[in-house]
Amino acid sequence: MKKIFLKYKFFIILAIFVLLMLIFHPQVGSQSLVFTGKNFISFLFMLTPIFICIGLLDVWVEREMLIKIMGKKSGVEGILIAFLLGLVTAVPLYALLPIAGILLKKGSKLSNVLIFLCSSTNIRIPLLLFIASSMGWKYTLLSFILNIFVVIAIAYTIEKVLTDNDKKLIYSNANKLYTNQGEDRLYKNSDF
Amino acid sequence: MFTYILYIITIIFLLLSFVKDRKKTALALKKARNSFLAVLPQFLAILFLVGVLLTLLDSGTLQSIIGTQSGVKGMIFTSIVGSVTLVPVFTVLPIVSQLLKNGAGLMQIAVFICTLTTVGFVTMPLEIKFFGTKAALLRNILAYLFSFIVAFIIGVILT
Repeated sequence: MKKIFLKYKFFIILAIFVLLMLIFHPQVGSQSLVFTGKNFISFLFMLTPIFICIGLLDVWVEREMLIKIMGKKSGVEGILIAFLLGLVTAVPLYALLPIAGILLKKGSKLSNVLIFLCSSTNIRIPLLLFIASSMGWKYTLLSFILNIFVVIAIAYTIEKVLTDNDKKLIYSNANKLYTNQGEDRLYKNSDF
Repeated sequence: MFTYILYIITIIFLLLSFVKDRKKTALALKKARNSFLAVLPQFLAILFLVGVLLTLLDSGTLQSIIGTQSGVKGMIFTSIVGSVTLVPVFTVLPIVSQLLKNGAGLMQIAVFICTLTTVGFVTMPLEIKFFGTKAALLRNILAYLFSFIVAFIIGVILT
C-alpha cells in the first residue's frame, strides 16, 4: 500500500489539488478535468503503438546489430543515422523518451541517442511543415539550418560534461527500465 | 496523421512478428505493457499538471502574454510560457501566426516556438528517469539558451 502511494505520490497530490478546485472553483476544476481527460485519450492513442514497437524492437533486434549501427564505433554513419531517425520521428517528447531508452538499452552511443532526441525535438520534418505553413519558408529554412548546429552542440556538450560514472548509471538505468521485473526496481530510484 | 501511419506500421510489424514467432510476439507485448506501467505514474501526474496549467493559462491570457512586445523581457516571458506548456505545436501555431499579424515581435514568437518544442518543463521528471538528473537538466538548459540564440539570429536576419 505504502509502495503504491510512493509510486503515485505526485499524481495523488495533483489529484487532491484538482479535487479542491472542483469544490471551491467548480468551473476551473471541471475544465481542468476535461483537459486532463482529453489529454489522457490522446496520450494513450499516441503511446500504444510506440510501446508495442518498443516491445517488438526489444525482442527482435539483436544488441549486436544496434551496436554496429549506432554504437561506440559507428562513427559518422551512426551520427547520420541518429540524425535522420530523429528527423522522421514525429512524436512528442514524452513518447520520444521511451524510444531513446530502448536505444540506450540496445547499446547505442549516448551522443547518438542525444542527437536522435534533439533532432526530433528541434527539426522533425512534420514540425517543419507546420511551421512553414504558418511562419513561411524563409523562417523555416533559417531555423532548420541554425538548429542543425544546435542539435550537434547540445549532444556533444552533454556527452563531454557527463563523467563515465554518469554514463554507466544511465545505461544501467535503461536496462532496468525494460526488464520484466523492471517496474518494482524502478520505483526505488524514482524522483517523481 | 503521423499517428495513423504509426498504427499501420505497428500492425504490420506485429502481424509479421506473430507469423514468425508467436512466443516472441507475446513476450514483446508483455514487455510493452511492463515498460508502459513503469512510466505510468509520471504520465498521470503530467496529465493532471497540464490540465491545471491549461485551465489557468486560457487562450486569452496566453494571447495577451505572447502579444506583449517588450524586447528581452517579452522574450523571457514567451520562452517561459513555451517551456512550461505541453501542447501539440500545430494547435498553437495558428494562434501564433494570428499574433504575428497583430504586431507581436518575431523574436518573441521565435523563442516561443523553439522553447515549446525543445524545452519540456513538465516532462522533466520523465526525462530524468531515462537520462538521469544531470543529462536531463543540461539538455533542457542548453535547449533553452540556444532557443534565444536561434530566435535572435532569425530576428536579426528576417527583420
